[in-house]
Amino acid sequence: MSYNINEKGYYGEFGGAFIPEMLYPNVEELRQNYLKVMVEPSFQKQFNQLLKDYVGRPSPLYFANRLSKKYQTKIYLKREDLNHTGAHKINNTIGQILMAKRLGKTRIIAETGAGQHGVATATVCALMGLECIVYMGEIDIARQAPNVARMKMLGARVVPATSGSKTLKDATNEAIRDWINNPENTHYIIGSAIGPHPYPDMVTRFQSVISEEITWQLKEKENREYPDYVVACIGGGSNAAGTYYHFLDNKGVGIIAIEAAGKGIDSGKSAATSALGKAGIIHGCKTLLMQTNDGQITEPYSISAGLDYPGVGPLHAHLYKTGRGEFYSATDDDAMQAGLELTQLEGIIPAIETAHALAVFKHKTFKPDDIVVISLSGRGDKDLQNYIDYFNL
Amino acid sequence: MNRINQKLQEDKKLISIYFTAGYPNLNDTTTIIKNLEKSGVDMIEIGLPFSDPLADGPTIQASSTQALKNGMTTEVLFNQLQDIRKSVSIPLIIMGYFNPILQYGVEAFCKRCQEIGIDGLILPDLPVDVFVEQYKATFEKYGLINVFLITPQTSDERIRYIDSVSNGFIYMVSSASTTGAKLGFGEEQTNYFKRIADLNLNNPQIVGFGISNHKTFNQATQYAKGAIIGSAFVKFIKKSPLDNIENFIPTISIG
Ligand SMILES: Cc1ncc(COP(=O)(O)O)c(C=O)c1O
Repeated sequence: MSYNINEKGYYGEFGGAFIPEMLYPNVEELRQNYLKVMVEPSFQKQFNQLLKDYVGRPSPLYFANRLSKKYQTKIYLKREDLNHTGAHKINNTIGQILMAKRLGKTRIIAETGAGQHGVATATVCALMGLECIVYMGEIDIARQAPNVARMKMLGARVVPATSGSKTLKDATNEAIRDWINNPENTHYIIGSAIGPHPYPDMVTRFQSVISEEITWQLKEKENREYPDYVVACIGGGSNAAGTYYHFLDNKGVGIIAIEAAGKGIDSGKSAATSALGKAGIIHGCKTLLMQTNDGQITEPYSISAGLDYPGVGPLHAHLYKTGRGEFYSATDDDAMQAGLELTQLEGIIPAIETAHALAVFKHKTFKPDDIVVISLSGRGDKDLQNYIDYFNL
Repeated sequence: MNRINQKLQEDKKLISIYFTAGYPNLNDTTTIIKNLEKSGVDMIEIGLPFSDPLADGPTIQASSTQALKNGMTTEVLFNQLQDIRKSVSIPLIIMGYFNPILQYGVEAFCKRCQEIGIDGLILPDLPVDVFVEQYKATFEKYGLINVFLITPQTSDERIRYIDSVSNGFIYMVSSASTTGAKLGFGEEQTNYFKRIADLNLNNPQIVGFGISNHKTFNQATQYAKGAIIGSAFVKFIKKSPLDNIENFIPTISIG
């Protein structure tokens, strides 16, 4: 069984590029070039330099002592929250902006849910002096106000998506439509491991720096090449894909994915795609998605804007389908409690997206000598108001 | 012979109209089709609404959302069309996105189309290579023509490939854009229309996207076999009673 993409752009039965012909030249240009460009020494050098000096990598692998005591196992947190702009998203935007430059693009578009990807995109556009337009659901603009302000200050234009559920799915639709209307000068920086091939693979490769670092950091700390488990939350699945990447073919490493259950899987207000979804096509790729029997995409719900998406990336659909990944979901309440717990045990306020991953301990008991690495995908500054309102702080 | 191929042999410029099934009201579908045929339209594209129509601009998006709210589904549409061939003889094409068809079952969908008398499909997000590898045989089994899109950015080489796997007409998207009315076509479009005409393809071309009036229709059909009007018609039936459909066509075909 392979967990890597095949030459046609599929992970097992999932993936592909189900795009209207209007997008074909752009997506094809990217498909033909992305691997070639990524291995160029000059690209590698610039990418690694920026990750180090600008993003602040490597991100620490931190042994969470008090959390480990509480759950009677060895917990390491991969501190993507300490990256510049506060989440893993910047690993991908650095890579993609360099790619866009190589392809001669002068205008950048992006979608964003929590605003972390929007901020990360606006940041690299400021860095490179490129025009930046970010599509964001109207509801997310309201619930992630600090990130909207950051994007504006960084010089990006934030365009509200007002259709459908007015969240990430709709922002993605608008970004795709923008790309159709601007086929020559524009690169679309997709923020998760979703979309038509080659995006899921390209985003995964840019994020794979996470698992690459975990490998040598664990060697230093535990004299081991790999952990027993890697855990991540899944919106579209970019932090998860990056956290799993180097361990996909190693059956000694358990892969755990946490989706957003919202008010509960059966509540009708949920974003737990693996539990509620069926195979279909969303945003140009065949994957698991939440839909009606009639094939209409349904509107998801999560307290977390970054997980409020009715699909998962095709790699994750494949991990689910093949049983390679263990999938759980955390409700809004589970996540908020887990976020508060991390704050008070370790002094780290996580993003609400990330807090879902920390709720893994509600579902699974680990052995005392298990090494469990959790992707701490982002920090919670953007969510302070939500935490304050929720806990009446 | 398929009605589409027959129609394409007529010595005239063809007017094709797109409308979203289930809009403005759920049960308008057959009235719209009949009135369109009466008013002299050559071909009709029946839009099967989708929740996330990526290639569509605001007008068709809004009509799709409303149609779904009104209760339109694949099954409802098929039921509405059940007897359509008792009264309508022009070619009928279903235009939609691939996911609803995938969920219905591609073969079951094609079979139902044949039973009703649908002549072809336009599925913008079903890529050419996937169609050829997985679905071409099924479409042929049920006598359905699949129509592919080309755009100003499509390379000549790819256009020739698309031409080689087409057996009806090629849907020529007028400019790099989602659906919706344009103010008019400029030199860039005219050059593109001419460039495609000069390729001497096997399949005739019908231009769509951005055609809203007599002027744009004439520009589009100077080199092409016909033109498709979508958003402009959807806007029209939003405001006008269905009996007035006969007034719409003269705004396109007569100066
Ligand atoms: C901190 C954080 N974690 C996770 C996610 C979810 O995205 P993905 O599944 O692509 O990692 C987001 C998305 O906005 C985020 O901001």
